Amino acid sequence: MGQVLVVTSGKGGVGKTTSTAALGAALAQGGQSVVLVDFDVGLRNLDLVMGAERRVVFDLINVIQDRAKLSQALIRDKRLDNLCLLPASQTRDKDALTEDGVARVIEELQSNFDWVICDSPAGIGRGAVLAMQHADIAAIVTNPEISSVRDSDRIIGLLDAKTEKAKIGEHVAKHLLITRYDETRANSGDMLQIDDVLDILSIPLLGIVPESQEVLRASNLGSPVTICSPKSVPALAYSDAARRLNGEVLEMIIPAEKNRLLGKLFGRRAA
Amino acid sequence: MKMFALRKRRKTSDVARERIQILLAHERGVIGSSDLIATLRNEILVAVAKYVPVEIDQVDVKMDRGATLSTLQIDIEFPVISR
Repeated sequence: MGQVLVVTSGKGGVGKTTSTAALGAALAQGGQSVVLVDFDVGLRNLDLVMGAERRVVFDLINVIQDRAKLSQALIRDKRLDNLCLLPASQTRDKDALTEDGVARVIEELQSNFDWVICDSPAGIGRGAVLAMQHADIAAIVTNPEISSVRDSDRIIGLLDAKTEKAKIGEHVAKHLLITRYDETRANSGDMLQIDDVLDILSIPLLGIVPESQEVLRASNLGSPVTICSPKSVPALAYSDAARRLNGEVLEMIIPAEKNRLLGKLFGRRAA
Repeated sequence: MKMFALRKRRKTSDVARERIQILLAHERGVIGSSDLIATLRNEILVAVAKYVPVEIDQVDVKMDRGATLSTLQIDIEFPVISR
């Protein structure tokens, strides 16, 4: 059975979809089979970030309502044949998602893929709860900024209360993925420090993705950053995070831009 | 004037850390009853109204949440009662 990872945050615009695409592609580049599921019904974007927007025929809602088979709705990535996308519906709203339907789809995906990655909608509503429902692992995407930290704290509470794992007295493995980190601003004292965020949220760190132009370039091109510029700073950060998801213990390196090729070493234990 | 110039500028990240720590310390405790202030206001109003005529818009409830101490300030305006 494949593992279910939810990429969530509470707050919008912190990088959930970018991170879903990049982590999924990195895991697939490592040889595992991966499916990305967009749960943002009505506001789907994962298809765009993956460059598959013109290939969407059926979607998650069609599968849940038995109007299409799962195999018909899955879009295989053109660059990596072990990477698939299950798009959200753009015309329906999240009420069309049912608990039973989601459970059935996730179970079927788990028996066909090593990783099922659920891209959660923003907020703490029904869509977000359904996206995290079957998670074994959660990547909580957080910007080093107070409103994002506050919302992540709420999401951690939901993961401990509303998931299937929580209902049977177990825990979803929660990991913090810090995105849009700006080392210059952190050093000058104008951005929350990584240690502060870790201290406040007290969950292990999955990775630190520095703010980078490459992320916008990747989205412009419709290609996960680990595919379109694999040597870039964010791609290295996502690739390391993907290896940590598979249990590897790696030193937490914040890759630095151009002039400092070696990156800066941080004496911090990874998740 | 000089005093202001000499005062050390605090890092904004330190301010942010303190604010979020205090906020979460409270939110983790009261989530679920997040309209605590509204509830307090209504119940206090009912209690006060038993004895003096008050209107809901004459009650002002303020909360100041601190790291170790919080204060709840309730101002109620009511007319002089003449017998």
